[in-house]
Parts: sequence; structure tokens; C-alpha cells
Amino acid sequence: MTATTLHHLTRGRYRERAAHVLLFFCGTLSILTTLGIVAVLLFETLAFFREVPLFDFLTDTQWTPLFADKHFGILPLVAGTALTAGIAVCVATPIGLVSALYLSEYATDRVRHLVKPVLEVLAGVPTVVYGYFALLFITPLLQTVIPSLSGFNALSPGIVIGVMIIPMVSSLSEDAMYAVPQSLREGAYALGSSKLQVAVKVVVPAAFSGIAASLLLGVSRAIGETMILAIAAGQQPRLTLNPTVPIETMTAYIVQVSLGDTPTGTIEYRTIFAVGMMLFLGTLALNLVSQWIKQRFREQVG
Amino acid sequence: MGLRHGTTWALGLSILTAAAPAWSAALIKIDGSSTVYPITEAVAEEFAKAQPKVRVTVGISGTGGGFKKFCNGETDISDASRPIKMSEVQQCDAKKIGYVEVPVAYDGIAVVVNPKNDWVTGMTVRELKKLWEPAAQGKITRWSQLRAGWPNKEIHLFGAGVDSGTYDYFTDAIVGTEHASRGDYTASEDDNVLIQGIATDPLALGFFGVAYYEANKGRLTLVGIDDENSKNGDGPILPTFETVKNGTYQPLARPIFIYVNSKALDRPEVADFVKFYLTEGKPLVREVGYISLPDPVYELAMRRIDTRIVGSVFGGKGSQIGVTLESLLAAESK
Repeated sequence: MTATTLHHLTRGRYRERAAHVLLFFCGTLSILTTLGIVAVLLFETLAFFREVPLFDFLTDTQWTPLFADKHFGILPLVAGTALTAGIAVCVATPIGLVSALYLSEYATDRVRHLVKPVLEVLAGVPTVVYGYFALLFITPLLQTVIPSLSGFNALSPGIVIGVMIIPMVSSLSEDAMYAVPQSLREGAYALGSSKLQVAVKVVVPAAFSGIAASLLLGVSRAIGETMILAIAAGQQPRLTLNPTVPIETMTAYIVQVSLGDTPTGTIEYRTIFAVGMMLFLGTLALNLVSQWIKQRFREQVG
Repeated sequence: MGLRHGTTWALGLSILTAAAPAWSAALIKIDGSSTVYPITEAVAEEFAKAQPKVRVTVGISGTGGGFKKFCNGETDISDASRPIKMSEVQQCDAKKIGYVEVPVAYDGIAVVVNPKNDWVTGMTVRELKKLWEPAAQGKITRWSQLRAGWPNKEIHLFGAGVDSGTYDYFTDAIVGTEHASRGDYTASEDDNVLIQGIATDPLALGFFGVAYYEANKGRLTLVGIDDENSKNGDGPILPTFETVKNGTYQPLARPIFIYVNSKALDRPEVADFVKFYLTEGKPLVREVGYISLPDPVYELAMRRIDTRIVGSVFGGKGSQIGVTLESLLAAESK
């Protein structure tokens, strides 16, 4: 071994080492960030619950922490979030699934390659644009049909969030449908099934885990959506399932408080962490369920 | 963020400020009330023409939010839609921040409804109190509960957010206790959000500074206010330049201010700006929809700047309803 190759070797080793450390650092960074967020959330939320009983938080029907008569009932905000997410899912599920089915089973390769990227453009529209689209276009349009619809309401942003998550639902479900083994389809054809029968009775059940996972991801996206709701849904916490009046969601509340000048360390300030915790637990639960469904059904089909 | 483009804009501006190179040393930082913002912004624009080397940034974080920054020494001038409060006086004292209080205009709070609302023309202060007091929360929810004959329909409320001076003043003037109101209404520091909400909702009622009504006349209907005190005129009175100035639009008309850091006032650009505000700013006040002060008040205000009279003529008591500036300032100059 000459001196030069030895030199190369050690330098190579150092580089290897440096790359290893760097990559490890990058990998742990996101984990540490997550841990940090959870820790801050937990810390402030605990401080919040030292002052507000958990029972009140979960059962009081009014949310007015910024006002003279303070109530800390999360229900109106949860109702707002559930309502808008529910409307979004009602819009995204049928449209997303039908377009996935079309792209996977009916469309020619050419159409597929053309349509899929176009559909995905929807996912790239900034949410602030969707927000104003809901406020200034969809709401006035809906008001011609429903005259009693308020300028701020749950319906219009709900629909728009639905449109926003269509690409997520359709793209992920389409991937799942496309991955169904050809042999299953051919088997069904051999038994005399029509194309529609194959699509609905063979492909959809076989891809069920992927479809369900895509829907749940869509729901958690809808729950976490902030901008569209802060712009178009209003800022009035109200315990209602009526989609035509102004409401406030958990995310919009956090925006509202963050934009004002609530001093740190006060109970008003801590409400945003309690609400944030609630959101975090909600989306975490949904993601876990979606993972679980995916795993469970994959085993069955496989 | 909604229609809070004002805030977003101010945010963008502050980022620009941070990134600006060091040569632009002459910078005047202003923050505070969204009610005073249109005047200060207009004055800043004109001032930029007169003195292009000086840059002025104007933020809107509410009167309370503005004072927090001001008393922390972060801003040179604070826009305020009410006099400084005792708690804020103490904050400023703790940081040894001196301030000169300068009245700049009169403002009226407008109560408005949607143009499709054909039943409300005027409301009494008592009705407004019944609607907005904390006890109304979750209970007074329909128009018919306010006055017999009004429709049995839901009422959708919009109003200034709790950090705004407009909220402080409105609650003080209508409910009787500052910072006490019901909480189940759409509350926003951004008046544009309120306007959008009221203009698109036939069942809406809301309140905000009269300047924002002036800018959106066609989309909203004003409600006359009846204080049931014949000394201030009979029946419901609409906020106009006349009624605000002559004191008949009561109790929802008030003076608004800028507070100038007395140390910053030693900087020539800040002193120039404040004097510009009181002289060239006068026509702008009217242009953006407020009522300019009577001439003697401008003179008295100018005197405060020249002689650096520090402190508030309101003695830290916050808003005072139906007070005339002339009497307060004149008392001081004796």
C-alpha cells in the first residue's frame, strides 16, 4: 500500500464519517422538532388545565375566553371543525373515488398521463387563494340558491376544502386501485363479469385499505385546514350543525388569538395551546387509524 | 388571517424594514389602533413626498397592542383610539418612556346593519346595552327580543375585537363598563372582516369606526343612535361630521390620539413628522372619513409638542364619554 492510497482511504473514511453524522443529524432534527412541539403543547396545556377543569373544557357549550363572562367549552370549536370537515368529506369522497375509478379502470394511458397531473395541480393551489375563492365566489353563488346564507358560513369553505382534498383522495385511491393484481380482474372477466362489475365488485374491495387510508388522510387534512376557514367561515364560536351561519373552527380560533396581542402566560394565551393539543390528538388518532386499516387489510388481501 | 390584509401588509413591511440596509437611518416606527391607522397612513404617504429620505412604517395591532410595544421602547409613535390607561402609564413609567399626548381627530363609532334590513332605522342606547351586555350572551339572539315588531329572526353580531380601542370605547359607552360585553359575536381587530360579514348577511348588526363606513357606504346601512337625552338632540341621530363635532352624536363619538415618545421627539425627523401631522394632516383627516379638530385644539396640541408636555390630560382614566378636548386642554394651559 502506497502512501497516496492510504491518504485517500483515510480521507474517504472521514468523509464517510462526516456524511454519517450529517445524515443522522438531519434525521433526528425532525424528530426533535416534533418532540419539542409536543413538549411545548403539553407544558402549556397542563398549565391551562390547572386553571380550567377538564370537565368544563369538554362539556361547557360556550367558548368565550377573551370576554368578560369567560367560558372554556371546546364543543363549539369542535362542532365547527367537525361540520366543515364533514362537508368537505361529503364533497371529496364521491368525486375523488369516481375519478380514481375512472383513471384506474377506464381511462387510456394517454388520458391518465394527461389528467392525473392536472388533477394534482388542485393540490398546489395556495390555501389563501381557496379561502378568497370561497368568500368572494362560492358564497355569493350559494346565496342565489340559499338566500338566508350568511356571508361567513360553514358551507362554502367546507365545499372548497372538499375540492382541495379531492386530489389527495383520488390520487392515493387510484394508486391503490391500480396496484390491484391484474390476475384478479382477469379472473372476474373469466367468470363473465362486465367492466363495471369488475371495477365495483373486485377492484374497490381489493383496494379498500388504500381507499380508506386516503379518505382518512383527507379528513385529517380537512381538520387541520386553517386559512380557508379563517377567511370564509367567520369567527364566532357557535355550537351548531347549521352550515349557513358564521362559525369558528379550532384552527381559526388559534389564528384569531395569535393575530391579536394576547400577553404570554395568561389564560387567554394558554387557550390556544389547549385547542392546539385537541387538534393534535384528533389528527394523530386519525393517522393512527389510517395506518392500522392499511396494515390490516393489506394482510388480508396479500 | 381573513381579510386582515392590513396586518399582513404591516407584517410584510416590518420584514422589509428588518432587511433594509443600514444607510436608511431615518426611520419612524408607528404602531397601534386600526382606527387611527387610515389617518397616520395618509399622513405618512404625504410626508414621504415632503421628506423622501425618511421612512415611516405604520402597523395595526390595536390600541392596547400598540401601547405594549410603545412602552417597551419598540416604537416612536403609538396610534390610540382612546387615552392611555393607568396600567399602560405604569408600563411606560417602568421602562422610563416619556410620551406626549397629541389629539389628532374626532371619530364616531358607527352601528350598521345590512342594506336588506328594512326594520331598523334607529336604536336607543338602552336597546344596544340589552344587546351587547355580558348578560345577553346566548340569551338575546333574535331581533324580536329587542323591540316588539321586529322580526322573529336570528341576529348575527359583528364587532371590534377585544384588543381594539373601539371595543374599549363601545363597551364603556354602551354597556357602562369598559371591556365588558357578550362574547358570542364575530370579533375582529380588522374592520374589513366586519364589513365583509355585515355586507353579506341580511341579519347582521355590527359596530366599528365611522371612517370604515364612509369607505363602504353602498354596502351598509347606518343605524341612528338615540341616547334619550334631549340635551344632545331628540330621537335617533346618525353619525355625520356635524353631529360628531357638535356633540349630538352621543355617546359614540370620541377624540383619537397619537402618543409620541418624548425621546424620539428630539430626533428632527420625528418632530417634523408630528408637526406635519398637525398642519398638513388636517385636510387628510377629513379625506379618510374622520372629523378634524377645531383650530384652537390644534394650536393647543402644537404647544404640547413645543413645550414637551408629558403625560395624559385624562389622568390614566381611559375613555371619558362625551368629553370635549378644548375644555381639557384649555384647563391644562392655564
